[in-house]
Amino acid sequence: MAASSAVTADYVLKPPPYSLDALEPHMSRQTLEFHWGKHHRAYVDNLKKQVLGSELEGKTLDHIILNTYNNGDLLHAFNNAAQAWNHEFFWESMKPGGGGKPSGELLALLERDFTSYEKFYDEFNAAAATQFGAGWAWLAYADNKLKVMKTPNAVNPLVLGSFPLLTIDVWEHAYYLDFQQNRRPDYIKTFMNNLVSWEAVSSRLHAAKAASSSSA
Amino acid sequence: MAIRSLASRRTLAGLKETSSRLLGLRSIQTFTLPDLPYDYSALEPAISGEIMQIHHQKHHQAYVTNYNNALEQLDQAVNKGDASTVVKLQSAIKFNGGGHVNHSIFWKNLAPVKEGGGEPPKGALGGAIDTHFGSLEGLVKKMSAEGAALQGSGWVWLGLDKELKTLVVDTTANQDPLVTKGGSLVPLVGIDVWEHAYYLQYKNVRPEYLKNVWKVINWKYASEVYEKECK
Repeated sequence: MAASSAVTADYVLKPPPYSLDALEPHMSRQTLEFHWGKHHRAYVDNLKKQVLGSELEGKTLDHIILNTYNNGDLLHAFNNAAQAWNHEFFWESMKPGGGGKPSGELLALLERDFTSYEKFYDEFNAAAATQFGAGWAWLAYADNKLKVMKTPNAVNPLVLGSFPLLTIDVWEHAYYLDFQQNRRPDYIKTFMNNLVSWEAVSSRLHAAKAASSSSA
Repeated sequence: MAIRSLASRRTLAGLKETSSRLLGLRSIQTFTLPDLPYDYSALEPAISGEIMQIHHQKHHQAYVTNYNNALEQLDQAVNKGDASTVVKLQSAIKFNGGGHVNHSIFWKNLAPVKEGGGEPPKGALGGAIDTHFGSLEGLVKKMSAEGAALQGSGWVWLGLDKELKTLVVDTTANQDPLVTKGGSLVPLVGIDVWEHAYYLQYKNVRPEYLKNVWKVINWKYASEVYEKECK
């Protein structure tokens, strides 16, 4: 399966497509400064160090991720590569003034595959809330269907045969400063209601469909 | 003393047990959040009072609550002979029960400096550490490195292998208790490296947390466990 992805291969710490305070009050500048500025940066920097001089050097992120997943028995560079990919994908999954219900083709597909936007909302919410420990919840596309997935630590749908369309980071560092006292459920609701970029989801879906049909 | 009023919880639990007995039903043992043997702020500056309070009252309490819920559901499923529900509940039991087990040990693994927190182990455990790791510094370096390298959430442990009579350093993922790495392993010291254990104070710098937590490790408790298991 050709991995379709807008995430670049140069191991660069790409800034989010908005300023660090643009998601306030839903996600604070302080969180972005740490989450993007420290956590994401560390994954990129550590990946560069890890890959230097190895046969992975110069390979795309997608290539590294797919070749180090090793059916779950993770090889050395997987965590940094996948986390670099996941975080860039996460920033682009959000936008200022985002969230709420999509319209048009995307809404029609959500209604087709989940019976309603509300059912999708509940399923995505539940996946994000019940991922034990660190991980991610996803809307993904495979076999012509939309589905909700949850993955542990750095794992993402690419290694599980699906195209990622939307993600929420549920590692504690993603919400611990803004949603004090362990309020992950409030963070998830805020993300769904105020941050999701359905434009990004739409364009990823088009890319996923194109990639599917070209490899069919 | 951290103030936790368990009176209402004990009364409710007592009523439930009485009514279950009157109905001739076997009642399951449920769990309550243990008190900390020190104030929330007593481990400062190594671990902030804010973290201790949230860690105890929100995180550990949530594991206890969810563990009890899972046990109630398990009890019903067992009584009904509902095998697939019994199996489905195992991950919630492992996660929440493990969370309760691990955190109960963790609170005892910590002590304020004025109550011996950070004082190196003497006696049999001190000797065993020197034998297996060269020195206490050697052990600390190894545990800190493994704790820092752990991806995601989990714990780093000093354990005693009861059968082989050796000390081991190991990590577990999420809330897996040490015994999931080996049936003969007894936890002596566990350090929580979930982000919630340090984030409000140390942010992303987990190695800094690991450097400082040793100042409040309660080696007296670890020694007691070690000596008891070695008899």
